[in-house]
Amino acid sequence: MLFELDRVTLERGGKTVLQDVSASLPKGASCIAGPSGSGKSTLLRLLNRLADPASGTVRYDGADVRERDPLELRREVCLVPQLPALLDGTVEDNIRFAAELADREPDVSRLLDLAGLNASFAERPANKLSVGEQQRVMLARSLSLEPRVLLLDEPTSALDEGARGAVEATLLHLRERVKVSTVLVTHDLAQARRMADWVVRLDEGRMVGEGRVSEQLAV
Amino acid sequence: MSSSIHVSIGEVAATLVLVGIAVAVSFWRSADLEKDIGIAVVRSAIQLTAIGYVIKFIFDQDSLWFVFLLIAIMVVFGAFTAKQRAKLVPNAFWPLLIALGIAGAATIGLVIALGIFKAQPRYLVPVGGMVVGNAMTAAAVTLNRLGDDMTRHAREVEATLALGATSTQAAAPIVRRSLRSGMITLIDSTKTTGLIFFPGTMVGMLLAGASPTDAVRLQLILLWTLLGSVALAGLIAVTLAYRNFFTQAHQLREQPEP
Repeated sequence: MLFELDRVTLERGGKTVLQDVSASLPKGASCIAGPSGSGKSTLLRLLNRLADPASGTVRYDGADVRERDPLELRREVCLVPQLPALLDGTVEDNIRFAAELADREPDVSRLLDLAGLNASFAERPANKLSVGEQQRVMLARSLSLEPRVLLLDEPTSALDEGARGAVEATLLHLRERVKVSTVLVTHDLAQARRMADWVVRLDEGRMVGEGRVSEQLAV
Repeated sequence: MSSSIHVSIGEVAATLVLVGIAVAVSFWRSADLEKDIGIAVVRSAIQLTAIGYVIKFIFDQDSLWFVFLLIAIMVVFGAFTAKQRAKLVPNAFWPLLIALGIAGAATIGLVIALGIFKAQPRYLVPVGGMVVGNAMTAAAVTLNRLGDDMTRHAREVEATLALGATSTQAAAPIVRRSLRSGMITLIDSTKTTGLIFFPGTMVGMLLAGASPTDAVRLQLILLWTLLGSVALAGLIAVTLAYRNFFTQAHQLREQPEP
C-alpha cells in the first residue's frame, strides 16, 4: 500500500474532524469520497504532513510520515489545493518558483502541455487567468517537482461542467504520460467512478467503506 | 544648540481656544468627538506634565542609568501598546519587546559612537523617546499588516508550503509587504519634509530662537536616525513574529478552512 492510516483522529477548534480513521490507499488512481464536511480535505493534508493527527499514524511506503523530512515529503507527495492560489507574476514565474524548490530546471512548455495549456500561457500574468486556467497552472506547478504522488483536492469543484470535463480528461491523460499516483478528493461519486480505481469513503469524519470503486460505488 | 525659551501657563491655556474650535466643529457637524477631544486634552496635559517632571529629575541627576531606565520603561510600554494593534499575531509581545529594545539600543549606541550626540541625558532622553516612539509605531503597523495578510492569504501560504517550500519561503511575500507598510509612512514624510510640512523638532528649535541652519541640520539628523531605527524595529519584529504562525514541521498553526 502507498498510504496506510491507522486509527487517525484530528480535531479543529474543539470539533472532531476525523474520528479513529483506519484506511489504505494503493498506488495508482485512488480517491477519498464523501459529502461536504466529512473530513476528506483534512485527511488529504495528513498524507504529506500539511497537518498532523492528534493521535494515530499515517504511513507512506511503510514508514511513519513523521520520520520523513516534511519538505522532501511534500515535493514527493505534492498537494494541489481546491482553489487556485498562485503567486504574483507570470505563469512561468510560478512554475520556476516551484521547480527551484526541488533544484530542477523546468521544461515550461511540456509542463503546460501536461496540464492542458499551450505554451503561450507562459508569459501571461497568473492572476489574470480564469479559475480553470489557474487550476491548470497549479497542476503544472506541482508537476514541475516531478512528484511520485499528486494529491488533488476537489480539482473541479470551482469549475463549470464543460471545464470540469476538460480537467478530468487532462488528469486521465496525465496518468498515461507521467508515472504518478493520484489521490483525488471528491464529493461527486460519479466523478470518483470516472477517475479512480480505489476509494476510501468518509462520512462525518469516520471511514464508512474502502475498496475497489467497482465494488464500493457500484451503480 | 543651546537655546532656551520660557513658556508661561497663560500661553498654554490660551491655546485652549483652538481646542474650543475643534469641539465646536465636532458639535456643529455632529461628529460626536467632543468627549474624545476632552479626554485627549486632559490626558496630554497630565502625561506631558508628568514626563516633564521625570525628565527634569533625570537631567538634575545627570546619570545615564536613569536614562536607560526611562528608555527601558518606554520599550516595555511600547511593546504592550503595539501588541494591541497586532492582535492576529500569536504571541506578538516578545517579538515587539525584542525589536524595540534592539532598535532603541542600536540606534542610540550608534549616534553616540558616531559622535552625533554626546552621552548626556539632555540629548539621550529626547532622542531615545523619539526613537522608541517611532520604532513602536513602525513595529505595530508591520505586525498589524502581517496578522491581516497571514489570515487573509492563508490559502496561498499553504499552497506554497504544499510544494515543499519552507515557512520562510511561504511567508516571504507577506513579510516583505508588512515591512514596507511599517516603513513607508516615515519614508513618505521624510520625502515631503520641508515642502508640505515642517517637522516638530525644527519648529521647536525655530520657536526657541535657534538659527534655521542649526534647526534644519538637527532635524535631518533625527529624521535619518529614525529611518534606521524604524527599519530595524520593523525587520526584527516581523522576522521574529512570522515564525509564530508556523510549527517546526512548516505547517500553519491555524489551518485554513478546506
